[in-house]
Amino acid sequence: MAITDTDVNSKIQEEKVEEKVRENEEQAILRVENLHTSFFTDSGEVRAVNGVSFNLPKGKVLGVVGESGSGKSVTAYSIMQILADTGRVVEGKILYKGENILDYSEKKMNSFRGEKCSIIFQDPMTSLNPTFTIGWQLREAIQLHTDYKTKEEANKRAVELLKMVGITEPERRMKQYPFEYSGGMRQRVMIAMALACEPDILIADEPTTALDVTIQAQILELMKELQKEMGMAIILVTHDLGVIASMCDEIIVMYGGRVCERGTADDIFYRPCHEYTKGLLRSIPDVKNMKEKLVPIGGSPINMLSLPKGCAFCPRCEKALKVCLENAPDEMEMPDGHYASCWLNVKKEYEEEINAENQKTAGKEHA
Amino acid sequence: MAEEIRNDAPLVEVRDLKQYFDVRTGAFKSKPLKAVDGVSFDINRGETLGLVGESGCGKTTVGRALLHLYKPTGGTFKFDGQLVTDKNIGSMRRQMQMVFQDPYSSLNPRMTVEDIIGEPLDIHHLYKSRSERHDKIMALMQLVELNAEHATRYAHEFSGGQRQRIGIARALAVNPKFIVCDEPVSALDVSIQAQVINMFEDLQAILGVTYLFIAHDLLVVHHISKRIAVMYLGKLVEIADADELNSDPVHPYTQSLLSAVPIPDPKTARAAKRIILQGDVPSPLNMPSGCPFRTRCRFATDQCAAEMPELKDRGSEHMVACWNK
Repeated sequence: MAITDTDVNSKIQEEKVEEKVRENEEQAILRVENLHTSFFTDSGEVRAVNGVSFNLPKGKVLGVVGESGSGKSVTAYSIMQILADTGRVVEGKILYKGENILDYSEKKMNSFRGEKCSIIFQDPMTSLNPTFTIGWQLREAIQLHTDYKTKEEANKRAVELLKMVGITEPERRMKQYPFEYSGGMRQRVMIAMALACEPDILIADEPTTALDVTIQAQILELMKELQKEMGMAIILVTHDLGVIASMCDEIIVMYGGRVCERGTADDIFYRPCHEYTKGLLRSIPDVKNMKEKLVPIGGSPINMLSLPKGCAFCPRCEKALKVCLENAPDEMEMPDGHYASCWLNVKKEYEEEINAENQKTAGKEHA
Repeated sequence: MAEEIRNDAPLVEVRDLKQYFDVRTGAFKSKPLKAVDGVSFDINRGETLGLVGESGCGKTTVGRALLHLYKPTGGTFKFDGQLVTDKNIGSMRRQMQMVFQDPYSSLNPRMTVEDIIGEPLDIHHLYKSRSERHDKIMALMQLVELNAEHATRYAHEFSGGQRQRIGIARALAVNPKFIVCDEPVSALDVSIQAQVINMFEDLQAILGVTYLFIAHDLLVVHHISKRIAVMYLGKLVEIADADELNSDPVHPYTQSLLSAVPIPDPKTARAAKRIILQGDVPSPLNMPSGCPFRTRCRFATDQCAAEMPELKDRGSEHMVACWNK
């Protein structure tokens, strides 16, 4: 009797899980499935992104973290379709509300950029045109993508936007050129521009890396506030684990163009299940380990031109198994519900199973 | 020897260091930009002093002025009890070296690693034969954990972390007592950063070198330094023991700087209360009167506008420059 009960229970649970997955998929405003992006250079194909999948739920903040060359920015650029000339999405789908944007015509894509999805870049110094006033540049974005078509309307809207991102005396500031703005102010202008048409998705590619800590705190606070107000989803691409910890609902850790681990901030920081994530967390100075020595990850980041056959992190991994050299691990669900792709977890689960079985048989023999 | 007698005296004594740059504001007009304005500090032997502050606060200029890479406008710098002047700086540089921020532009792309590391040896004539030079270079490469077989390669063949090791080996070539590290890990990836930080710590343990560690990453600075000095617009606002500064910052600027640091721990990050500073750092060409921080300070009074507070000891060598704290 008892057995059937648990069976029924597990069935109900399975159904619940399925329902939850379906719900998630419906809620997801952007779904990336098995994305592969390559750059075709003279020295060969550089596989910058190798099979990245994720869901971006409405109004949530997704953090993408990784070192330089991990493919985090290329993933973001693939979504916006602003890859360099040599780059191309070779496989996979990017679904915005169920439509694959890779099938969009150039014209449709142009309206997708800006209206549905905007991006802010790392370097606010080079992402504004130095020869036009801030007002002119804001007006351009507004007139292109929104219903404010006349110059007066666009001007009014631009002033509103500047006020929204916390720039004082917006009317006077409109007439100034980018060089008259400080770094933090320019990033505010970039945010204002990105939010001009109230997009559903905001991609922030290392938005605070070029800024000082006190200014970084201002900008992050502003992004949080605006997100609360406007309810857009944010993809935050960064290498700074500190920024990720305080900002994100969900986190993806990338290495060598693949997703190593995904989960909530607590999953990633307190229960990391991938050797790379563990190594990364050990190697940053923290208030708690000030007196201890840092434990760096050995070796240097991989060369994307010659990706290893198996797991990308394998050459630097201390616990690498034989299988890691040959096969890339699949994503596996951890006991607490987050996902990691590491053979060590498979091994651990297998060992636990065997242990449990041994105990069972031992128990039977005993009886 | 005289050196041994003075052993408890600080290795580095800087008093009222000033570094002004003339900035042209018109055809015949120029204005002094006070990048460093009256900075004083000591560094003890074998100690690491961290120097933090935001971009443009003058922290790099302090490091460069000490090594006379700029000609200091005023102030004195005593190294090992000896006054450093324009005349003796050439020989003094045998004892003071620098590691630069950008491992990409601080190495000559036309020189092999062997020549880069060997150049200081050439300049200071520190070898008698070619083979001695070669041996010294090999020993240095081993010290910074570089593969000795790579000695004939060029800088571009190395990764960022390895290049920074080359830069460190070059600084160590003359066996200096004091190294100014100017943001040596800022350009590196997190996992590589830890390797280089550990290397700095190991080298200090082995060779007993003294560091002035300039950086903007407070967690990194806290990890490596014994004491930390905080700079704002050319002036020191607080110097204290690293742990004390972190747990008990006194100056309002230090407080907000520390609270702005993103902590890689979700629970602390969620609980943290940030003191968000309003506005930007004022232009150093238009410095506010009195305390430079008063324009962004929550506690500013009339006195702050009238006069710059001096660094005062609050007990246990915790120095703070603030009227209200």
